[in-house]
Amino acid sequence: MHISEGVLSAPVLVAGAAVAVAGISVGLRRMDTDNIPKVAVLSSAFFVASLIHVPLGPASVHLILNGISGILLGWLSFPSIFIALTLQAILFQFGGITTLGVNTVVMALPAVICFYLFRVYVRRDNGFLFYASAFSCGALSVFLSCILVAAALISTEKSFMTVAKLIVVAHLPIMVIEGIMTLFCLLFLKKVRPELLEYVNGTNPQ
Amino acid sequence: MVEEEFSEGTSFIHGLDPRIKIVVTLLFSVVVAVSCNFSALTTALFLSIFLVASARLSISHVGKRLLLANGLIVFLWVFLPLTYNGETLLVLGPLSLSREGVIYALRITLKCNTIVLAMMATLSTTPVFNLGHAMRELYVPGKIVHLFLFTYRYIHVIFQEYMRLTNAMKVRGFVPRSDMHTYRSYAYLVGMLLVRSYDRAERIHRAMLLRGFNGRYYSLNRFSVGRGDILYLSGMLIAILGLVWMQWVLTI
Repeated sequence: MHISEGVLSAPVLVAGAAVAVAGISVGLRRMDTDNIPKVAVLSSAFFVASLIHVPLGPASVHLILNGISGILLGWLSFPSIFIALTLQAILFQFGGITTLGVNTVVMALPAVICFYLFRVYVRRDNGFLFYASAFSCGALSVFLSCILVAAALISTEKSFMTVAKLIVVAHLPIMVIEGIMTLFCLLFLKKVRPELLEYVNGTNPQ
Repeated sequence: MVEEEFSEGTSFIHGLDPRIKIVVTLLFSVVVAVSCNFSALTTALFLSIFLVASARLSISHVGKRLLLANGLIVFLWVFLPLTYNGETLLVLGPLSLSREGVIYALRITLKCNTIVLAMMATLSTTPVFNLGHAMRELYVPGKIVHLFLFTYRYIHVIFQEYMRLTNAMKVRGFVPRSDMHTYRSYAYLVGMLLVRSYDRAERIHRAMLLRGFNGRYYSLNRFSVGRGDILYLSGMLIAILGLVWMQWVLTI
């Protein structure tokens, strides 16, 4: 989910950059040098996974996966997503330089929120609570990202209201897909490599 | 897929000091992003086109990138003229196009393409590793630079891993459809990708410690500011000041 260059007003860009810098510095403080390879390799895995296009009816959507990123990386999602977006801007010109702050917040803030909401439940045994929270983690993170995009657009210019609403509505099916994907992915990780859910995120160190 | 297709070349722009390129592009993008005067924006667009031309990038590749970057812009062109409050320009049956909406959409299109072209001409013509080292010299925190360089390095490796996994799926007759089976298979693919990457990260970390990694990166490239760099820097600074002047002093 990207906001292109040139769309947002200066105050929105500055506010986005300020929140991004704050989030990134919290993330960096929680990341010791030893953790850098892990965070980097997971960041590149998310970068590659976001290139996967999943069929949805006649169209296809690409994965966002900021929910799982939040669960695995916690606050480290901020630096991780920032780096991924910077690389996308340099390599593919998706997004851009001046919108880097806003776009980082759009993706990483929902990741951190989902981390705090669901980190306990997704580590529980497979029961209703696990299924419900794993699905909500994927769906809610995308929903919150849409809301942030909408908020950025509307604070730039009131007339963006209709466009902003359309963006949220268009993402409703994507929320469901992300929810399902997040649920299956967490199920898989718990079965195959439960320790991945444990200690990368800097809050409960090894 | 993740090729740096623009980074190889022998043009004047390719040879510039990455530190200067980063600073100038950042400054230029910020000025363009906050401008709204049409003569300033048009001048900036021509400047970007000039930069792309002097970097001698392949026109078809540049066009393809531009098309991708304009996705949201097309969306805005469809909806902004219809939904923007303002003086009516044209009435088409039940729809009315607003003049302000068209102007707004045009302004966004100019800004977006100007910045994207400038980025292609300057940042994308620098190898990513050099950008990382330049960031370090520009006082970007060390951890961010490490993360940047590492992530870039492993995107290629993990992309290959991803290709192997998808090939394995194809060999077993997997055809993506809009059903639960597809979503589950893709979710497991993502999960497997994370697991393998994680294991790889462990091995990389051990290998690095074994070779005496102490948290520092050494680069064999030494950046040096030459006459061309000074020329580029001063030329661009004058151009940027010109844009600022057109935007904030000349406004009528």
